[in-house]
Amino acid sequence: MNAITPRNAPENAYNFAYLDEATKRMIRRAILKAIAIPGHQIPFGAREMPLPYGWGTGGIQVTAAILGPRDVLKVIDQGADDTTNAVSIRRFFARVANVQTTTRTGEATIIQTRHRIPERPLTEGQVMVFQVPMPEPLFRLEPRLAETRRLHALGDYSLAQVKLYEDIAKQGESGSSYNHPVMVGGRYLMSPSPIPGFDNPKLHNSPALMLFGAGREKKIYAVPPYTTVESLDFEDHPFRPVRAPQRCSACGSATSYLDEIIADDKGGRIFVCSDTDHCAETQGL
Amino acid sequence: MNAALEVQALNKGFTLHLQGGIGFQVLRGEALTVMPGECVALTGPSGAGKSTLMRCLQGNYGADAGRIMVAHRGGLADLAAADARLVREIRRETLGYVSQFLRVIPRVSARDVVAEPLIDRGMDPEAAREHATTLLTRLNLPPRLHGLPPATFSGGEQQRVNLARGFAPDYPILLLDEPTASLDAGNREVVIGLIHEAKARGAALVGIFHDIEVRDRVADRLHEILPVEDAA
Amino acid sequence: MGAPLLEAANLQLRFGAVRALDGVDVEIFPGEVVAIVGESGSGKSTLLRVLAGAMEPDAGRVLYRDAAGEAHDVQALSEAGRRRLMRSDWGFVHQNARDGLRMGISAGGNIGERLMAAGDRNYAHIRAEAADWMGRVEMNPERIDEPPKNFSGGMQQRLQIARCLVTNPRLVFMDEPTGGLDVSVQARLLDLIRGLVAQLGLAVFFVTHDIGAARLLAHRIVVMRHGRIVEEGLADRVLDDPRHAYTQLLVSSVLAA
Repeated sequence: MNAITPRNAPENAYNFAYLDEATKRMIRRAILKAIAIPGHQIPFGAREMPLPYGWGTGGIQVTAAILGPRDVLKVIDQGADDTTNAVSIRRFFARVANVQTTTRTGEATIIQTRHRIPERPLTEGQVMVFQVPMPEPLFRLEPRLAETRRLHALGDYSLAQVKLYEDIAKQGESGSSYNHPVMVGGRYLMSPSPIPGFDNPKLHNSPALMLFGAGREKKIYAVPPYTTVESLDFEDHPFRPVRAPQRCSACGSATSYLDEIIADDKGGRIFVCSDTDHCAETQGL
Repeated sequence: MNAALEVQALNKGFTLHLQGGIGFQVLRGEALTVMPGECVALTGPSGAGKSTLMRCLQGNYGADAGRIMVAHRGGLADLAAADARLVREIRRETLGYVSQFLRVIPRVSARDVVAEPLIDRGMDPEAAREHATTLLTRLNLPPRLHGLPPATFSGGEQQRVNLARGFAPDYPILLLDEPTASLDAGNREVVIGLIHEAKARGAALVGIFHDIEVRDRVADRLHEILPVEDAA
Repeated sequence: MGAPLLEAANLQLRFGAVRALDGVDVEIFPGEVVAIVGESGSGKSTLLRVLAGAMEPDAGRVLYRDAAGEAHDVQALSEAGRRRLMRSDWGFVHQNARDGLRMGISAGGNIGERLMAAGDRNYAHIRAEAADWMGRVEMNPERIDEPPKNFSGGMQQRLQIARCLVTNPRLVFMDEPTGGLDVSVQARLLDLIRGLVAQLGLAVFFVTHDIGAARLLAHRIVVMRHGRIVEEGLADRVLDDPRHAYTQLLVSSVLAA
């Protein structure tokens, strides 16, 4: 008798993809409603997950609810496939759903992400699952949640525009370099999660389905394929996605989003691709 | 010719609720007709109701009964029955009033106080101020005062601002309550001149003049107001 | 002489045993300034809120006629419709600047918000309008980026007024706009309001217990007591020839108004 479960064998003690079928069905209903009303936040009964809030409890439940046996899963954290969070979540699903995992954007059918959208253009049939800490884009502007719901219902987003005005008045330009609010389908104001503004244009008319899960706040929202997503701005201060004006010191890319890394004790800095898979692909690795 | 102003059977009394509701009658069955180009001086013992009648004619006091017919916008309007908006319209277009005292509006210059009714009547603000300056100059108000709010002016200076404001718009009907009370001889002459000009252009004037000399020089006839006999 | 801009008929509202509004009929015409006076508890602030659609009466209705002449039942409007009205055709100046301003947002942002709500997406234009309006309410436009807390009470009221007027409303509601300010500051503010109202041809409903303010600003005065209108009419006539005992008391309580 071998009492020890092999390390990579599926955990039979758990239902497929960890959550029970009833819970998955509840989450799928929320997702369907979210897809039907692009950008609108749908409450759902978030479950306790075996990881702390802030580590992707919302994203992981969305992934669990949509994952099928033939899916290929990629998980990134700030663009990297190899950080603790990404590795843990990827291993979690390999274990509880026995799905194939990958680091290649092009091979993945589901990409769970924290704070980035891959550089490689997404394609039809792919699903992005975003981990969202705070789904309410008006959160810092209007502390009363009931009032924010009313403002969404009325499509009254002048407050967000006022925030943008304040940023430009004080800093000369829009201050949000990440989590810059977007209008989805010309109707709902949405937090794109803390992705850099550089990634905002990738949401616009994307062939992929974008799902957003906030575990602690118990909200799900979505951007269906080919939906307009416009970053809030002014005519005379148009939204500009920014990246460091450097080349990646590993692959030499002049177009990808770069992370700044302190390279030595003397304050030397290098810039490398935030998207590790893209960097490796460019290097032909 | 039709009358510019016709008062018919006007009653006016007061009830002082704070003094146990005592009431007294000031005007009873008052009648007065004023033709265009005519100046009528109200006379009578002090307290008989001259000022009360003037205030009724201006719409400042409400009439209890009777009519105050005013030739307005080519027709007749009953000021005694007019609502607030009609009274304001009649005051803007037809009926001017020079009181003894200027109700000072903070921070508005003497020139603008005079120009205001002209602008209300649709005159270009610049032209209105120019006209105001001309009148104030004619009434010998020193130019250095034109741009200042009249709050700190002397009684005579305020009176002249008031006169300029009343005479500026060429109202068809003009009510004058002691227009020369605090004026020196020179300015009194200016006012007499203004009254004559107003009559000449066809304005109907009703005035209270304590200065008998002025009264005799401008009034075409006297209208005596007698105290109402206490009904016993 | 045209139809009223706003007209209310037979407004009734009870708070428990208290009749806050007891059969109130009131109207306002374009360009008219109407003061609602009375002591605290007379129902004057309640009336203002009901007229502005911020509070629902138990009975009666309020009709608003828009620029196209179409009449709207204010209470029957959807919330979206009421908000739209409140940020385009209407303005509301609160007694307490905190209720009418966003305290964490700059003066420029406060004034610009209504423009942005109305769809203006040109930063330079919004900023120029905000600066222009600061000048018109006699504030220093160079302080456009300062938050309301940097300004005195009188200046905060000016800011509130600028915030309301920037979209050229037709009807402005003011609830004790000079309440709680120093007397000298009050006088200057009243004077400013008087000038703007005349210049813009605004219709204004304003609530005050200050008879002097009513005399200075109002064309017409509505005197309220115990939820009823006890006297109403031409401003100077109500003050100089008050008929009702309560109005006489009110007027005689004022020192040299």
